[in-house]
Amino acid sequence: MARAALPGRLTWQLGRVLELVGETARVKSIMIELPDWQGHRAGQHVDVRLTAEDGYQAQRSYSIASGPEDGGLLLTVERLDDGEVSPFLTDELRAGDEFELRGPIGGYFVWEQRLGGPVLLIAGGSGIVPFRAMLRHRAAVGSTVPFRLLYSSRTWEEVIYRDELLAAPSGDAVDVRFTLTRAWPDDWTGSRGRIDGALLRDVAWPDADQPLTYICGPTGFVEAAAAGLVNNGHAPGRIRTERFGPSGG
Amino acid sequence: MQRLDGNAIAGQLFDVFGVEMTTAAGTCKSCGASAQIAELMVYLRAPGAVARCPACGAVLIVVTERAGTTHATFSGFALRDPSAGDYCR
Repeated sequence: MARAALPGRLTWQLGRVLELVGETARVKSIMIELPDWQGHRAGQHVDVRLTAEDGYQAQRSYSIASGPEDGGLLLTVERLDDGEVSPFLTDELRAGDEFELRGPIGGYFVWEQRLGGPVLLIAGGSGIVPFRAMLRHRAAVGSTVPFRLLYSSRTWEEVIYRDELLAAPSGDAVDVRFTLTRAWPDDWTGSRGRIDGALLRDVAWPDADQPLTYICGPTGFVEAAAAGLVNNGHAPGRIRTERFGPSGG
Repeated sequence: MQRLDGNAIAGQLFDVFGVEMTTAAGTCKSCGASAQIAELMVYLRAPGAVARCPACGAVLIVVTERAGTTHATFSGFALRDPSAGDYCR
């Protein structure tokens, strides 16, 4: 019998794994089929719940990687070695398996055309995931809002969605910049080192343009980037942040 | 203990209120600072989740799960208008 999700209630649903794609050595994308999925907004997340045979439950939040117009739910998960949930999702899960999730969740860390811009996205590591959804949404609705993405990774090998980000057509008002903090290719021409005030001054829109900024990554990364922007004179009220940490594993 | 933000309790608060709550704003009853729930400092590993004021650190919201039901206590946070939460569904 068909079971409709009640509006205004978050119900746990069983999602079925359609496909798993390796993004980097520690990161996988999981395409999921959900019978009752109502669609989502770019930047929202889902809660994932795993239940052990003895009844023990572990629950984590994961950002949605697919754009609202992509037709489907894609999660991108980084394996945290001491995590309770992510090693199962990245190592054990196979196509056809089912697991519980609920969502979409969140309305704060969301970008939609009506919010305008210019937009600055600042990602640390797997903090890039909700920004993939925003960039795909921007392209799908034909938005002309100028976007800049500053993406910090340890190494070039750990850059998630690398080919897709490199393929962003220039002149499309989407400017993608990388900084590598630990190691870089010999011919690397991008930035080196952690995000600091000088790099933010170089990348950020002038404050006079009233940019809308989104920062996503580990707590320390997010707070350093936000503090750097505020120090450079950006309005705190135009900076939206989303932190994740080991407890997100 | 790892500090996160109010986005981390979005699912539990939706469970309690039936609407998206991270964009709902309120004021800290201790220092008067104003914030949206997404902007609060959240610690998940206390017994239950604890949301603190980003300005003064006072405990604003405690979220617990008992017998499969989620409870949220807004003891230190004066919610301005829950309907200001962003109805997204």
